[in-house]
Amino acid sequence: MANTHAHHDHGHDHAHDHEHHGPDKGVMRWIKTTNHKDLGTLYLWFSFIMFFIGGLMSLVIRAELFQPGMQFIDPEFYNQMITLHALVMIFGGVMPGFVGLANWMVPMMIGCSDLALPRVNNWGFWILPFAFSMLLSTLFLPGGGPAGGWTLYPPLVLQGGASFPLTIFAIHMLGISSITGAINVVVTIMNMRAPGMTLLKMPLFVWTWLITAYLLIAVMPVLAGAVTMLLTDKYFGTSFFNAAGGGDPVMFEHIFWFFGHPEVYIMILPAFGIVSTIIPTFARKRLFGYDSMVYAVASIAFLSFIVWAHHMFTVGIPLAGELFFMFSTMLIAVPTGVKVFNWLATMWRGSMTYETPMLFAIGFVFLFTIGGFSGIMLALAPVDFQYHNSYFVVAHFHYVLVPGAIFSIIAAIYYWIPKWTGVMYDERLGKIHFWLSAIFINVTFFPQHFVGLAGMPRRIPDYAVQFTDFNVISTYGAFLYFIAQFIMIYNFLRCAIWRKGMVPATAQVWEGAQGLEWTVPSPAPYHTFEDPPHVGDEPAAAH
Amino acid sequence: MSNLIRGLRGLALAMTGMAGSFAARAADTMESAYWNLPKGVTDISNEVWHLHMAAFWVCVVIAIVVFGVMFYSIFAHRRSKHPVPATFHHSTTVEIIWTIIPFVILIGLAVPAAGTLIKQYDTRNAEMTVKITGYQWKWQYEYVGEGVSFFSTLDPESNNARQLHSGIDPKTVPHYLHNTDNYLVLPVGKKVRFLLTSNDVIHGWWVPDLAIKKDAIPGYINEMWTQINEPGIYRGQCTVLCGRDHGFMPIVVHAMSAADYAAWLAKQKGGAEVAAAAPVVATDAAVDAPVAPAAAEAAPVEVAASSPAAAAPAAVDAKAGEKLFLGNCAACHQATGAGLPPTFPALTGSKVVAGPIDAQITQVLKGKNAMPPFAQLSDADIAAVVTYTRNNLGNKVGDTASAEQVKKLR
Repeated sequence: MANTHAHHDHGHDHAHDHEHHGPDKGVMRWIKTTNHKDLGTLYLWFSFIMFFIGGLMSLVIRAELFQPGMQFIDPEFYNQMITLHALVMIFGGVMPGFVGLANWMVPMMIGCSDLALPRVNNWGFWILPFAFSMLLSTLFLPGGGPAGGWTLYPPLVLQGGASFPLTIFAIHMLGISSITGAINVVVTIMNMRAPGMTLLKMPLFVWTWLITAYLLIAVMPVLAGAVTMLLTDKYFGTSFFNAAGGGDPVMFEHIFWFFGHPEVYIMILPAFGIVSTIIPTFARKRLFGYDSMVYAVASIAFLSFIVWAHHMFTVGIPLAGELFFMFSTMLIAVPTGVKVFNWLATMWRGSMTYETPMLFAIGFVFLFTIGGFSGIMLALAPVDFQYHNSYFVVAHFHYVLVPGAIFSIIAAIYYWIPKWTGVMYDERLGKIHFWLSAIFINVTFFPQHFVGLAGMPRRIPDYAVQFTDFNVISTYGAFLYFIAQFIMIYNFLRCAIWRKGMVPATAQVWEGAQGLEWTVPSPAPYHTFEDPPHVGDEPAAAH
Repeated sequence: MSNLIRGLRGLALAMTGMAGSFAARAADTMESAYWNLPKGVTDISNEVWHLHMAAFWVCVVIAIVVFGVMFYSIFAHRRSKHPVPATFHHSTTVEIIWTIIPFVILIGLAVPAAGTLIKQYDTRNAEMTVKITGYQWKWQYEYVGEGVSFFSTLDPESNNARQLHSGIDPKTVPHYLHNTDNYLVLPVGKKVRFLLTSNDVIHGWWVPDLAIKKDAIPGYINEMWTQINEPGIYRGQCTVLCGRDHGFMPIVVHAMSAADYAAWLAKQKGGAEVAAAAPVVATDAAVDAPVAPAAAEAAPVEVAASSPAAAAPAAVDAKAGEKLFLGNCAACHQATGAGLPPTFPALTGSKVVAGPIDAQITQVLKGKNAMPPFAQLSDADIAAVVTYTRNNLGNKVGDTASAEQVKKLR
């Protein structure tokens, strides 16, 4: 660390020298920018807008499910809402959120000046607004948006109207964006680490993103292939998935989930990295078992390629296949358990304080683990016949995605926003935001376990009356959770825009924080580490 | 089961923070288990239930240990109580221990799970076979080798109540969305094999009390089996998103003693001889009250179907046409005929309806685009429903279709 501190002043001076070729003024700055920090900011703003839109869709869903009977919307529109809610949240909210964090933090954590391919980076971002404009515009077409579920299963998806090709093209564009972003992360991490930063000295956030990027490169083309086959089935008379033409609808499910399961980990591995960064900071203690954390992430990534058919336990795969996928799925619990235990061991006999990022990180460990428990239950194929496609599954994946992936993104922003903006967020509001979020997310999703076990299938707009009570609770939770997020938006907007009266942040920001990003001033200069720092023999940053 | 259920209910109450009165209210509307998987009425469903509870308690114990350590640490190792952090950061021994322990626990769960799975996959030595075909949005049941087959759709009472702004309180509808016009009747104590397929998109067949669920996939025939131990009525519904009315294609299984089942089957066969290809009425007086509307509804269908000779256009009952329309067409074309353009076109003022009658009959028989074929309906039924659409729903074409016309166009 002594070495990097020496470079701190140097970097600062350097940034000063370069101020004359800072960014363009006005909107053109954001359109033309190739700066990783600007693009990180754009990704995060975009992600917030998408979370808001996807959140509104979830409220439409929850409002209709508040009572049995159809009160507000047609079942067809309900199907459009569940489909778009998923696509918007996954491809518009969670993934760009993590890419935004990678943009901001990977170069600063490995001590390089920018991503390796800055123009590709600009292109990768600016595809997204067009892709989502196209996807969401389908809601205004006659016949409305896609209504076959985000899993796009044929033959149902082929019944879609004008929204169908637009959805496919939007997914293609999202795939291009993800692949460019992933290639950029891999190239940057492999080639541009500061001298002395060996792979096993990288912060875990960098490690998890490196592995995530490989997953993206491996599976996004698979999705592109799958949706292209859907397109030709519909418009060019091919029969890839059409049984009447000799094709196979189950083949689509296999291809989709070969993408889909790694996709699940794409949405959680960076979260592991974030939590592994935040917990040591606030425990004031090095991350326990750094090496095993890296190996655990790599194992999870490998396993993610051989478990896909657990999404298809009820399609009638042969007994041997069913057993294989049950056992391989259960295996995932082992490396995931190692991660949870390591986080606990990091906290154990630390000297902890509970600022907002730490609260969200602990909330993550607690609630993600609950999602892991229901995951183990779901892995048991004979019992999965009861859980499959019920609200138990909805509860499971929302537990790993909302208090999992989304809590980690929120934690990361609270953690790094003083570095980005140069001012501290309001800690009191941050804590209120955490407690309201943590309470209402459980009010929303915990009852869904019960209603699923009691027999309520997912993706239905109306239900038998014995499911009413839990749905009422769930709807209250969803609305209150949504409202609570405005506290966070206000808090972040104060940091980003209305900074009057906000406390300036120091360069170090958090007493226990370690890593190169804390060696540059707050706010971080437009260009950092144009001369790379040297990382000494000290073990890796941020652990 | 009751003790465990009660325990779970208590846990649920604690977790959701609801008052005790809530549980009492819940009990009133309780169909079977309200918080948990039903234990069900087959040996397999019992095994599955025990596996589920075992996995649940394993998770609870692990949760207590892991979260106990975590919350102790959060409390005891906060800075005000523990100002100087320890410096340890690695221990291979500990890492190996907490890799092996979960592995062993998982093997403990995997072995019994594999045993149950193997039993669930063993469809050999079945005493009877029922072929289930999914349609948007109804089920067809064929008793293989018996010549008995019929469709099962959402019961009319639920169907009325579930329309947008229907003004009918679902709580007043018996078994709202969990009732059908025709029940799947099965004997208890016999191993029944199901063959599962679909005519259009993928559907899923699930009855929680039997602990069986499998997807109905076009081009595939999936197998599953059950052996019901107790007579009764068991309800479920479609589990794979299958389009607009996915939420409205329930499944009701009526399990009865072997003797009652034999009597029922004989009656169906007798009816089938008279009614030729007409859908067979699956319900009889033995079935409980909620089915009464179904039995009543069956009457006009039988009349229309059993008198094909007298199928002079005027004899086709307009009431039958309307019922058939509501049961088969209204899901897409809407009860008013307004449709949901552009996917589901309006019938009111439709060029097809106002056009040549033969073309319309052909389209109903063969389907077109998203519209599935309705060849499963009898000649008389198709004639009745085509006649209905041409002279109702705001249309006044004035002509009528006959069963002979339909027969020729098949």
